[in-house]
Amino acid sequence: MLKITDLVKRYGSGDPVLKNLDLTIEGESVVSIIGSSGAGKSTLLRCINRLVEPTSGSINLNGTELTSLRGKNLRAARRKIGMVFQSFNLVDRLTVMENVQSGRLGYISTWAAVTRRYPKKDIRRAFELMERVGIAHYANTRADQLSGGERQRVGVVRALMQDPDILLADEPTASLDPKTSEQIMGLLRDLAGELKLPVVINIHNVTEAKEYTDRIVGMRYGRIIFDDKPAQLDQAAMDEIYAGSPHADRTDDMAAAS
Amino acid sequence: MTSIAEQFGRDDWVRFTPKQKFTRWAILLGCGLAIAWALTSIEVVWAWVWGAPEQISDLFGRMYPPDPSNLGTILRVLWDTVNIATFATAFAVLFSLPVAYIAAQNTTPNQVTLWLGRLILVTSRSVNTIIWALLFVAIFGPGVVAGIVAIMFRSIGFIGKLLGEAIEEIDTRPVEALEATGASRFKVIVYAIVPQVMPTFWAVAILRWDINLRESTVLGLVGAGGIGIILQGAIDTFNWPEVATILIAIIVLVIIGEVISAFLRRRIL
Repeated sequence: MLKITDLVKRYGSGDPVLKNLDLTIEGESVVSIIGSSGAGKSTLLRCINRLVEPTSGSINLNGTELTSLRGKNLRAARRKIGMVFQSFNLVDRLTVMENVQSGRLGYISTWAAVTRRYPKKDIRRAFELMERVGIAHYANTRADQLSGGERQRVGVVRALMQDPDILLADEPTASLDPKTSEQIMGLLRDLAGELKLPVVINIHNVTEAKEYTDRIVGMRYGRIIFDDKPAQLDQAAMDEIYAGSPHADRTDDMAAAS
Repeated sequence: MTSIAEQFGRDDWVRFTPKQKFTRWAILLGCGLAIAWALTSIEVVWAWVWGAPEQISDLFGRMYPPDPSNLGTILRVLWDTVNIATFATAFAVLFSLPVAYIAAQNTTPNQVTLWLGRLILVTSRSVNTIIWALLFVAIFGPGVVAGIVAIMFRSIGFIGKLLGEAIEEIDTRPVEALEATGASRFKVIVYAIVPQVMPTFWAVAILRWDINLRESTVLGLVGAGGIGIILQGAIDTFNWPEVATILIAIIVLVIIGEVISAFLRRRIL
């Protein structure tokens, strides 16, 4: 279970990007987070695995408080949090297998990593997962030879190789064409079911969010203003989530404060 | 139907305002004056400049035909020269790796190491190979070792600087992704940074070997081994036919070096 309490993130001395945010994700649900650019979706996701340092508040994953971890303990916690990125973030000059195995870097010895002598069970697992998403035949191909959809599949397999307790996806389909985008969303939903894995997806495409996820969280300017089943997301809620701009919100906030 | 001029209200456009034009002409005039002043302030003996063509033909006359009687020695020493360049490049590549790592802003452990790295690079680069060679001839005595160390010292700065810049220019997104998997710093370097820097690494190493080959031909002038020693000996004894042979040998060597590095570049990159 992921439990976020009173999370605040402020960059520099400006307004907070996340404002006293609370969010709980239980079970194996697929949750999508929607909201206009600048609403803080990406920051929220990156606070969970501490790619972004939260300013204050608590993030608890299955009993581990993540915000206070350092060094070795932080790395151990990150192993259990898989992440999929908008621009895939693969190492282009490495093969698909090396990219996939890099999801195991937190587990294997440095020597094994440098010499590429991966444990047999990791290789077997990699082939299983690659087979599942249809990229097994690319194992020896360099990552930059693949198409966008294939690259994102590599990204997903890399994250799953971590044997994660939760999967975070930061706009995983924003760089893909509509058809591939739906395939990836379907894949994430199906894998969540098969692996009993909670998945949190930042997404701009509301139609896809409604179709592929069990729960929609709507963010606006650092706060959660909608949190319900996809069916409940009506036009009024949409308007509230997407109306205005971060700039307008900021001005409103100041007006309210003064 | 209205014309563009009517729609937008104006039909003339100039790139520079009169003030900008004036400034540009003033700067041009200033540069011209500086060049004119520089030319008059250096003492050029014009008679020698005009006499140059005659001197050139005279020198060529004395060099022709090249004397190949000493060719065996020349080729042996030339091989020394190649070895100086190759060993020096190999060592420099090895030593420049950690220097590049601490001199790149995104990988250096802290500010102190960053400045240490930069200090090493600047020191190495601001001193010419010949000056390093003078220094190391004094330390190691005349010979190949001084030459190797001198070229190595100069190359560390060159390779380290270019490699450090390559590290600074990598795509940081894979780095972020691997940090997110819980990989240690060292593993992130091996998997996300090294593969991205590899092409630059080989290109720079090959380029530097090419440069070192040419630099090592003059090291002998200060006694640091290689072909330069017998070149200077021949010049000092006015043995112009042998000078010609040596110069031809050097040119052939440099061309071969160029061909090899072009071949390697094609194969590796």
